[in-house]
Amino acid sequence: MTTSAPAGAPPAPRKTPKARAWKLPIRLDRRYLPVLGTFVVLALMLIIGGTRYENFLTPAVISNLFINNAHLIVLAVGMTFVILTGGIDLSVGSVLALSTVITAALLQAGWPVAVVLPLAVGAGTVIGLAHGVMIHYFQVQPFVATLAGMFFARGLCFLIAPESIAIDNASFVELATWVQIFGEWRMTSSVLVALIVVGLGFLVLHFTRFGRTVYAIGGGEQSALLMGLPVPRTKVLAYVVSGTCAGLGGLLFAMAFRSGYSLTGVGMELDAIAAVVIGGTLLTGGTGFVLGSVLGVLVLGLIQTIITFEGTLSSWWTKIVIGVLLLIFVLLQRVLSLRRT
Amino acid sequence: MRDVLRHHLFWPVAALVALLVANTVARPGFLAVTVRDGHLFGAPIDILRTTAPLLLVALGMTLVIATRGIDLSVGAVVAVSGAVALSHIASSPDPESPVTVLTAIGLALALCLVLGVWNGFLVSALGIQPIIATLILMTAGRGVAMLITGGMITTVNSAPFKVLGSGFWLGLPVAAVIAFGVFAVVAFVVRRTALGMLLEATGINPAASRLSGVRSRTLTWTVYTASGLFAGLAGLLISADTMAADANNAGLFIELDAILAVVIGGTALSGGKFNLSGTLVGALVIATLERTVTVLGISPLVTPLFMALVVIAVTLLQSPRMRERLTAARRRQVMAPPEPQPAARPDSTPDSTEVKAG
Repeated sequence: MTTSAPAGAPPAPRKTPKARAWKLPIRLDRRYLPVLGTFVVLALMLIIGGTRYENFLTPAVISNLFINNAHLIVLAVGMTFVILTGGIDLSVGSVLALSTVITAALLQAGWPVAVVLPLAVGAGTVIGLAHGVMIHYFQVQPFVATLAGMFFARGLCFLIAPESIAIDNASFVELATWVQIFGEWRMTSSVLVALIVVGLGFLVLHFTRFGRTVYAIGGGEQSALLMGLPVPRTKVLAYVVSGTCAGLGGLLFAMAFRSGYSLTGVGMELDAIAAVVIGGTLLTGGTGFVLGSVLGVLVLGLIQTIITFEGTLSSWWTKIVIGVLLLIFVLLQRVLSLRRT
Repeated sequence: MRDVLRHHLFWPVAALVALLVANTVARPGFLAVTVRDGHLFGAPIDILRTTAPLLLVALGMTLVIATRGIDLSVGAVVAVSGAVALSHIASSPDPESPVTVLTAIGLALALCLVLGVWNGFLVSALGIQPIIATLILMTAGRGVAMLITGGMITTVNSAPFKVLGSGFWLGLPVAAVIAFGVFAVVAFVVRRTALGMLLEATGINPAASRLSGVRSRTLTWTVYTASGLFAGLAGLLISADTMAADANNAGLFIELDAILAVVIGGTALSGGKFNLSGTLVGALVIATLERTVTVLGISPLVTPLFMALVVIAVTLLQSPRMRERLTAARRRQVMAPPEPQPAARPDSTPDSTEVKAG
């Protein structure tokens, strides 16, 4: 039951300070309210799904929820860093596609896996670095800089491989099909990677100077600068983290589909942003948690699962429901921030 | 010469000219315009026609950006507009009658107006951040469009509606006439009345402008409504061009193209001073770039790469740091006493230098 522990882990650390905070002055509590909201929505969806459909609350469905969304979890973790600094990264979908294409193309050319994997992730890192430099040193708006990066990565994909490339490299397939089975729970290599990324993201944000500086920049860049914090380095690094996560997400995506295709991940940046927002992170920066973003991804994944279970509902309801959920969470955040001021 | 170099439209226009030169080199007859059946034909006319929807969307986007906002939902609104119009025409007994077509257009525009009002409500009445407020409609809008078309690509045959997309009026493409006409009217209204200045005031400092009697909220609400309406009109032009309502792909990425057009045109995303002529040039640059890629025989799939390169080049050249360098170099030449310049603070708004240069 090792999988169930990480699966239940995201809400757990949130709950303990939460329960304590109830009795303490409400001020402490407020930071966790949006995440608590996400958690309630997630629990409600699980309960509704469990009562409406048989076989819904089974380890197989929950395992699949993680397996199908492993890449999105990784993207959302990276996006959380950027959004916490008050920026945005629109390029993650295309960078993910670029990473799948690089992986597939190089493996097809006969490069060893040990070289290809770091290269694919490194491509994301380099693009993230370029974003950071454009945004910080040339003061290009994050929106525009990462928009350019989005087009750049997508164009590069088509330049490398206009057609879908299948991956049949034996060691890559072995890596992709690695699975750990605990009773009815299954954990693939991509879920393992995603959980490690979440853990790292959590540790870095809450227990390192870099993480604190990220929050400080989001809270007020000018103040962070005046406090003598390394604002330039941190801002650039946040985009590097996001780019690297996107590269890694591409790797996970390539593992899942065992192919590289230039049109993968169109619009995935919006899913990542939506997950982060639903997870309680403020787009203005400064407030939010990595674990909230993971909950956000799970909510998005559950919407998809429920609509599949329902059977008669058409796929476009997914989009409408996501839109409505976004609206609810944004309104909730708005009410909370109004009460604060 | 120095004044020409300093002009805010210099780099965008230079990019446009460079693209046209590249095209003419690759295909010498590129700029030729011929008259056939009383209509003008040729690549430049074609570019004008393909620019039309983008220009309309970019026009609304410029106004929204001027108030420090952004409208991500325009692509979804384009899809909704096409879906409503074509579904109405397809379900009516007489698709060829002008009445049906006019009703369809009216319905589509009315719904888009409502969507624009909704965005404006979220941003100005509830005070939600523009990116996130319009992200809601961007996600849900395509779902709504698919709901309207039932998930299918609705195709219709209706001559009066087709005129919008591929008809000609006075020898010019109808789509271009509509888009440039709307552009001219809006530019006139915005620049010949105080409206433009009030919009800039709202964008530069919403609180201060409200205190000095500018009705910022109403203005913000108006620009989102206008953006929705223009996106709806663009959606009609696009669907009339293909005569098919594709809820998934109609207007896909048009919001990004429109934002690029605005940025290439020199309007800063941080709001305030805006530049409609720049947006016009920006939209033309993007349409010409798409054309150039096909003329040069490169796969159109690689277009995003060139788009990225143009955007990176133009934004870097317009970035405050580059401008400071250029200003510093010029000052050293002139040996004029240094005027107080905003220090290189990371959060200094790019348009503060923009205002000086413009």
